[in-house]
Amino acid sequence: MVTLPAQLARHGRPSPARWVGWGLAVGVPLAFLGLFFVLPVGTLVLRGFVTSGVVDLSGFAEVFSRPHTWRIVGLTLGQATVGTALAVVLGVPGAYLLYCREFRGRDALRAFVVVPFVLPTVVVGVAFRSLLAPSGPLGFLGWDGTFAAVVCALVFFNYSVVVRTVGGFWAHLDPRAEQAARSLGASPWRAFVAVTLPALAPAILSAASIVFLFCATAFGVVMVLGGMRYGTVETEIWLQTTQFLNLRAAAVLSVVQLVVVGAVLALAGRARSLRERALQLGAGRPARRSARLALRGPGRRSGDVVAVAITAAVVVGLLALPLVSILVRSLRTPTGWGLGNYVNLGTTGGANTLTVTVWEAALTSLRIAVDATTLAVVVGSLVALVVSRRPRAPRARRAIRLLDALFMLPLGVSAVTVGFGFLIALHRPLGLDLDLRGSPLLIPVAQAVVAVPLVVRTVLPVLRAIDTRLHDAAAVLGASPRQVLALVDWPMTARSLGLAVGLAFAVSLGEFGATSFLARPDRPTLPVVIFRLIGRPGQQNFGMALAASVILALMTAAVMTLAERLRAGTGGEL
Amino acid sequence: MARTLAHRPGHPGTRITAARSTAARTTAALVTVAVAALTGCSAIGTDNTPKADASASSSGGGKVVLVTHDSFALSKDLIAQFEKDTGLTLEQRAPGDGGELVNQLILTKDAPLGDVVFGIDNTFASRAIDEGVLEPYASPALPAGADTYAVDGKSSLTPVDVGDVCLNVDHEWFAEKGLAEPTSFEDLAAPAYKDLLVVTNPATSSPGLAFLLATIAKFGEDGWKDYWTSLRANGLKVDAGWEDAYYSDFSGPSSEGDRPIVLSYASSPPYEVPDGGTTAPTGALLDTCFRQVEYAGVLAGAKNPEGARKVVDWLLSHDVQADIPESMYVYPVDASVALPASWTTFAPQPAHPATLDPAVITKNRDAWIQQWTDVVIG
Repeated sequence: MVTLPAQLARHGRPSPARWVGWGLAVGVPLAFLGLFFVLPVGTLVLRGFVTSGVVDLSGFAEVFSRPHTWRIVGLTLGQATVGTALAVVLGVPGAYLLYCREFRGRDALRAFVVVPFVLPTVVVGVAFRSLLAPSGPLGFLGWDGTFAAVVCALVFFNYSVVVRTVGGFWAHLDPRAEQAARSLGASPWRAFVAVTLPALAPAILSAASIVFLFCATAFGVVMVLGGMRYGTVETEIWLQTTQFLNLRAAAVLSVVQLVVVGAVLALAGRARSLRERALQLGAGRPARRSARLALRGPGRRSGDVVAVAITAAVVVGLLALPLVSILVRSLRTPTGWGLGNYVNLGTTGGANTLTVTVWEAALTSLRIAVDATTLAVVVGSLVALVVSRRPRAPRARRAIRLLDALFMLPLGVSAVTVGFGFLIALHRPLGLDLDLRGSPLLIPVAQAVVAVPLVVRTVLPVLRAIDTRLHDAAAVLGASPRQVLALVDWPMTARSLGLAVGLAFAVSLGEFGATSFLARPDRPTLPVVIFRLIGRPGQQNFGMALAASVILALMTAAVMTLAERLRAGTGGEL
Repeated sequence: MARTLAHRPGHPGTRITAARSTAARTTAALVTVAVAALTGCSAIGTDNTPKADASASSSGGGKVVLVTHDSFALSKDLIAQFEKDTGLTLEQRAPGDGGELVNQLILTKDAPLGDVVFGIDNTFASRAIDEGVLEPYASPALPAGADTYAVDGKSSLTPVDVGDVCLNVDHEWFAEKGLAEPTSFEDLAAPAYKDLLVVTNPATSSPGLAFLLATIAKFGEDGWKDYWTSLRANGLKVDAGWEDAYYSDFSGPSSEGDRPIVLSYASSPPYEVPDGGTTAPTGALLDTCFRQVEYAGVLAGAKNPEGARKVVDWLLSHDVQADIPESMYVYPVDASVALPASWTTFAPQPAHPATLDPAVITKNRDAWIQQWTDVVIG
């Protein structure tokens, strides 16, 4: 469309420095992912296919001849599809309300909706069960141990992913197209469906693909709420690997998982690339000024009313109910109501249940989270930057799409496969005399592997939506490629980085799956401590577990509020 | 579409300034995080294990790596004392639990995860021995009487503690309903106890496996499936994990469920006794127990086998044995060690817990779990 000298300047002969720069931007993340994800997973899966030195693929026939396999594949897809659809349908109004409208308490609400995302599944499982069990307040629904309970929990965990990913994007969307549609006579609903929704599509697809991966690999909630009857590919991999050490079956199922995940990513990528041309973000200023919520009077917007109604129902009915039940029960002590459980967090439990106090564990978690966040943001930003480029050569475009999908994989592969892979692959990795398995660094690294996709998905839609003509204009005006990055891409990306930092930090604080394989009993993280407390009998241990969960929730909310501040400061006024 | 650029309101100069201060603030924040990571506030900086000791494995000094499960806990003083006495640094790793731990050791036997393992139980002991992950070591510290728990004749594994998986009942619930508490396996299948029992899944939970083994020991290879069929018909509930059964479905004082019989341990009741209480609100059914024995062993190919043997001896020492009940909620293998007062009152050990030969368990375990799944879940 635009063939200006600028284009020539951009795609002209790159200087050696540029080669080195982009080489590093691609090489560093690839090395990271290769060593800490592809190598471990590949080693474990290969071991399942090689029997005494010979490749043996008979496992496929064996696994697929069992009707059980088809059942769990069906259940996995069903659960993930329904969970994702619900999270998107409920999350989009929430994104609008929390990111495009102003009202009192909005920042607090934004922080609140993220809390479920990091809560340990074991605690959430107990909270949901206590509500849904026949003796619980919602027992009359008859949802205990059903598909509905599992789906509710999946939406509970992933609602905030949709709200934040879509909301962060929506806030920067140029509102004038929708305004134009309205002034040309379109109804608010029509203007939303015909103009805004297509523009939001990249962010919605981004969010949906992440949520789908989370849902398809959910483990804890499926086990606790669904029991064995709702087993998924993920729970089956866990069973075959950890309990039966049937690596053949596990490897086949891992391949199934990879195929499903790859297909979803390919679909999402295709849909995104069809859309991404269609939109533009405002440069250097918030294109959409948040407007006050209008629920009454002459300026009443029906869209606002719908968004408020849906969001209130979700926040109160789905998010707050289990959280409040945790909070209330954390205040129940053996001697009545009070803060006794919180006082006990400064101890190692009544009968030395723990080796450290809960506060010490919280500090360990924070320290690890700082490392994990740094790693995830550096690697994730590099990936997002590379993937946001649009080279003209088709081969380069394909390579970039592949890179994009590659870094999403950690969300779609079982934590058990990664964890067991670590144990067999990180002893002398690549022939180096270095046993990484005992390294304390491995915990933040494992958490960063999970957080990188979230960073990429948060930053990328913003980077991609930057009008390429801004690059051209800057280049025409004489800016070097580096200056273009520094003056055009960076200021706009900076807004979404605050969010990315917050999400990465939250993921690290709550991560349990991969961490549990690397845990050190003498220096546990907060989720590990909670897991241990809830694994012991007695009111005191249970009370402490819930109090510690509340602390974890508060830490998360505080971190997210800080990240919001960073964003508010940066997204700022003119 | 050039409109988008041309129509933008506002003064360009202001925008750029705003954008740049934006970037500056974010840059500052990110730099702060990075600096924090590189200085004190990180996990890397706080590893107090000396880094250079990886190669030091010669006699006495250096590091010994204990591979264990995530329930492992001992008083800090004891560990400090051990390190002081031996000059060794004790590094702990907990990659998994129960069967998972054994499977991890099997997977990594060419490059062991550490020097010594603690936490292999009798339901997986033979498997670990058969796979050759252990180096036999007959500890001189083995207390009298503990040899009854030996798995093989070569001392591949050394017993350290025992725990009894038993059904627990909520005394208050039964008193309130005026119903006699069940005492035997058979009672649980009786109509009077319909919809009252919650257990855990043997495929996903180690007490669940122990309870399945208890029923196999009781009813034999031929009878256990019929027994479970009758339990299922009598409204049995199966949860994935212990915490789910105990805290969500059990009716005990720290739980909110509606089932007064739960699968737990003989050592659970003392933890439900309120401070200064004289009666326990819950109790274990001592005729429904299966004895789990936890072992320690030197790993084959250990870098520091001598240190590993010292750890095994230390786990059998009087001080550690005395610390085990309160730290790990199980009974010490050394019968001469005094139990905590609350245990002697509220946590009597069963006189005749069920047991099965570890070799028989290893041979049949996977098949039994599969059959159980077909009968109870399927």
